[in-house]
Amino acid sequence: MYAFAFQRPKSLADAVTAIGAEEDGKLLGGGQTLLPTLKQRLAQPSALIDLSAVPELKGITEAAGGLTIGAFTRHAEVAHSATVARVIPALASLAEGIGDRQVRNMGTLGGSIANSDPAADYPSAVVGLKATVKTDRRDIAGDDFFTGMFETALEPGEVIVSVHFPKPDKAAYAKFRNPASRYAVVGVFVAVFGSEVRVAVTGAGPSVFRLPSFEAALAGNFSAAALDGLTVDADGLNADLHASAEYRAHLVGVMAKRAVTAAG
Amino acid sequence: MANPSGIGASVRRREDKRFLTGSGTYTDDINRPGQTFACMVRSPHAHAAIRGIDTAAALAMPGVVAIYTGADMAADNVNGLPCGWLIHNKDGSPMKEPPHFPLARDRARHVGDTVAVVIAETREQAKDAAEALVIDYEERPAVASAVKALEPGAALVHDDVPGNLCYDWHLGDKAATDAAFAQAAHVTTLDLVNNRLVPNAMEPRAAIGEYDRATGEHTLYTTSQNPHVIRLLMGAFVLGIPEHKLRVVAPDVGGGFGSKIFHYAEEAIVTWAAKKVGRPIKWTAERSESFLTDAHGRDHVSRAELALDKDGNFLALRVHTVANMGAYLSTFASSIPTYLYATLLAGQYKTPAIYAEVKAAFTHTTPVDAYRGAGRPEACFLIERIVDKAAIELGIDKAELRRRNFVPKEAMPYQTPVALQYDTGDFAKNLEMALPVVDYAGLAQRKTDAKARGKLRGIGFATYIEACGIAPSNIAGALGARAGLYESAEVRFHPTGSVTVFTGSHSHGQGHETTFAQLVADRFGLPIENIEIVHGDTNKVPFGMGTYGSRSLAVGGSALVKAMDKVERKAKKIAAHLMEAAEADIEVKDGKFSVAGTDKAVTIGEIALAAYVPHNYPLEELEPGLDEQAFYDPKNFTYPNGCHVCEVEIDPETGVTEVVAFTAVDDFGRVINPLIVEGQVHGGIVQGIGQALLENCVYDDETGQLVTGSYMDYCMPRADDVPSFTVQYHEDQPCTHNPLGVKGCGEAGTIGASAAVINAVVDALAEYGVTHIDMPATPQKIWQIVRQATPAMAAE
Ligand SMILES: Cc1cc2nc3c(=O)[nH]c(=O)nc-3n(C[C@H](O)[C@H](O)[C@H](O)COP(=O)(O)OP(=O)(O)OC[C@H]3O[C@@H](n4cnc5c(N)ncnc54)[C@H](O)[C@@H]3O)c2cc1C
Repeated sequence: MYAFAFQRPKSLADAVTAIGAEEDGKLLGGGQTLLPTLKQRLAQPSALIDLSAVPELKGITEAAGGLTIGAFTRHAEVAHSATVARVIPALASLAEGIGDRQVRNMGTLGGSIANSDPAADYPSAVVGLKATVKTDRRDIAGDDFFTGMFETALEPGEVIVSVHFPKPDKAAYAKFRNPASRYAVVGVFVAVFGSEVRVAVTGAGPSVFRLPSFEAALAGNFSAAALDGLTVDADGLNADLHASAEYRAHLVGVMAKRAVTAAG
Repeated sequence: MANPSGIGASVRRREDKRFLTGSGTYTDDINRPGQTFACMVRSPHAHAAIRGIDTAAALAMPGVVAIYTGADMAADNVNGLPCGWLIHNKDGSPMKEPPHFPLARDRARHVGDTVAVVIAETREQAKDAAEALVIDYEERPAVASAVKALEPGAALVHDDVPGNLCYDWHLGDKAATDAAFAQAAHVTTLDLVNNRLVPNAMEPRAAIGEYDRATGEHTLYTTSQNPHVIRLLMGAFVLGIPEHKLRVVAPDVGGGFGSKIFHYAEEAIVTWAAKKVGRPIKWTAERSESFLTDAHGRDHVSRAELALDKDGNFLALRVHTVANMGAYLSTFASSIPTYLYATLLAGQYKTPAIYAEVKAAFTHTTPVDAYRGAGRPEACFLIERIVDKAAIELGIDKAELRRRNFVPKEAMPYQTPVALQYDTGDFAKNLEMALPVVDYAGLAQRKTDAKARGKLRGIGFATYIEACGIAPSNIAGALGARAGLYESAEVRFHPTGSVTVFTGSHSHGQGHETTFAQLVADRFGLPIENIEIVHGDTNKVPFGMGTYGSRSLAVGGSALVKAMDKVERKAKKIAAHLMEAAEADIEVKDGKFSVAGTDKAVTIGEIALAAYVPHNYPLEELEPGLDEQAFYDPKNFTYPNGCHVCEVEIDPETGVTEVVAFTAVDDFGRVINPLIVEGQVHGGIVQGIGQALLENCVYDDETGQLVTGSYMDYCMPRADDVPSFTVQYHEDQPCTHNPLGVKGCGEAGTIGASAAVINAVVDALAEYGVTHIDMPATPQKIWQIVRQATPAMAAE
């Protein structure tokens, strides 16, 4: 690591001021992505603004017919929350499937979505559940939040405060994990809101995306069989050592069916 | 009453408390007064000429103490790291041994090759300065695959090694083998790859060099499986330091799996540089450095052919193997694909003729050397795969084909056609023990049930044998070993009856502090608390060849028995004196020395006291004290063997393989601590499953870059990747030539498991016409097979 200044603000206002005052500061969530990057000397921020003591960023509350989850909520808290299990159980099971126990005990919702890793799980829930990302200055629709690989709609110095997830009629997440890192090779989040069906795919492309053809098929008939014969174009999908674009395209279909079956 | 800590008792590992509570002392836990820190500057290129290194800017950085390059080492006449085993080519000429300098001189030959060392007050300062070093590299073409390295026109790793060929070696009777093939009713052929692995010990390598100006003594603290071997290699060959001025300490070591046998560049660098800077120097690898510089394992490409008669009897086996040595010869690299591999190609079978050719190639990759099993898993994988393929081709049941060809126990001792003489083994018994446990009879039903759930179920056998307890020094020497392979032990009774044992074996996870103490407790009727096992320090232990090849108990334990024999012989004389009896009348049992036919007895504790306070003592005939040393040189290898059976279920939609059951029936000879043995088998099986399904070290063939350089891509097996294992053993076939009857258990799991897993995967995929799949059998690979086969099946 290169040397950096360290601050631990006690309020959202102080955090916003602190990050605004830094030339090249970085907000620190659970550190699960940021700290390895620093250890490998791949980044050299002037300061880390640790968000762990900001009360406004914490907590899980049932609100406005859904859930509002603070940005500094650890994955393990979401996974084990009775409230989440009752209101949107698919979200709890998604969180339970992130990385490993150590990662879940440290990593946060805000850090995960701010990072916009193409293989991260949460982006599929943010898009699949029509969530709203609340920051220190505005509300951003989930559909508009992820703009590309490791890119989001966040402005410099903008702090995610919470994410509001509306309650779906039913939802489920099916993940095919990378055997080594355990990130998503392909993850499919399926949610039903009345007559609307959402299918959000993570891992397969540069950033989370929806599958209109799957959504249309499921809107008429919410069953795995409704997806028979539908395929996903491998063009433009990610390819690496563990999965070619063709394999990923295939897995999207398989995981979508499994998510639909799990949603019931 | 039997000693609760004696032989055969499942004593819990005494060392675990300190490991599990964070109070172990690993090399990186040691801090020496005035210590500095080293950062190794490593080549980012697989192959590059080093045209110049400008140290000026880096030297001016804060905290920098010194920077050294290959030129500084050359000026001090530092030699290359030696190879410990000389292999001869088919024509009798010696293998090519290009120098392996600790700091590269004119050329970097793999990503991670050590090019310079920066020494500074702190780790971070050393890293900062390393970034400021200006190295003028001229990139050259690289070759990573051993097969490609041997092709004409391949980039040369060493200018004076034509065709990158280290050696072209063979073993066995070619004429007899060819003749048998000419007669064969059936020939099964199999091309296979034994995938390259990264060892991944939990503790990364580390080294501290220190020099005492007052005494002229050098000390090296290092993560080693064999500190005496490091002292010998580094002292005598690399740095020219005599043994009495060089102390090597290997304290607690967090796993080795072979990768900590070898003498590494960093050890020589910190030892040499500590004298130059006049301060201790610590280096600790980061995990990325471990990936790039710990010697890798396996990496064979082979063609195997098995000749059979019409009844399925094996007539001959012919094997061609290309082995990757990496950029330089690591300490025992040359012996792994030869004497630790081809000598095992008979397996458990009475194949009368075997011929093996092995070409070893240099490539622009990290050196490859022994990794848990070392050669023997490669041999087992090849044999057990081709036997399965032959069974499929001939339509003979896989268990039955094995049974038909086993060396019968009546044939022991059995001379194989590939140099080894098995002393004992009842291979049919292992198999017959395993079959009911795995419910072989119920397999068809389980396959049907799986099918109903949309899964493909398969079973795989591996009936393995290995050669452990390396090795009779004279035989090893005749085959090219440049060291003896005995072991030493010293048993020191203290005046009040407690015991310290000094052993040349080294424990880095094997549990010697428990097992070795059990041997002493058993012999002398002592509570285990009264026995201390000391290892890992050349200033304490008389000598040692260290721990690898499952040799500790068979060789180190036997040395300990010999030392205890000497103690007992002397104690008997003292007892006879104390009880005024004839030595011949002294009977010894559980540490009690009694006069036959009387109730007179003294304990070993009383004898020890008399030996150290010799007031009533036969001083004319006997020296005081009770402290004996012994060396043991084995008479043969030991031959652990067993039958491993794996059952898998494959999800054809995703290609994911789940290991649903794994059973191991092993013959390790006599078992000292069943709990530790079971733990060793568990760990070995997990590593074998890792190789078969998950682990793969991949280099980019164009650039020579390590693609799987972190845990993001290199997949280690985890607890949820494996089922609960069924582990059984029998003690019917003790080793005939060592005093304990033990064979060794440290590598067995790794040797049997990967073949059993792949055989199970192939069995599960049989309906897709699959006859082989290379490791690791990843979901993507299996999905491709299923996808390619499905249209054809649908068309039928
Ligand atoms: C071994 C391993 C396995 C993993 N497996 C998975 C997996 O399976 N699935 C998965 O989804 N993820 C996985 N992760 C990622 C992990 O779960 C975290 O979500 C991720 O590392 C980021 O969260 P964090 O809280 O650690 O953020 P940090 O690392 O602290 O920060 C990440 C980025 O977010 C920014 N940031 C943090 N908080 C905020 C905020 N409130 N507002 C604005 N910006 C902010 C930081 O400045 C930084 O740029 C894995 C990580 C590891 C190390």
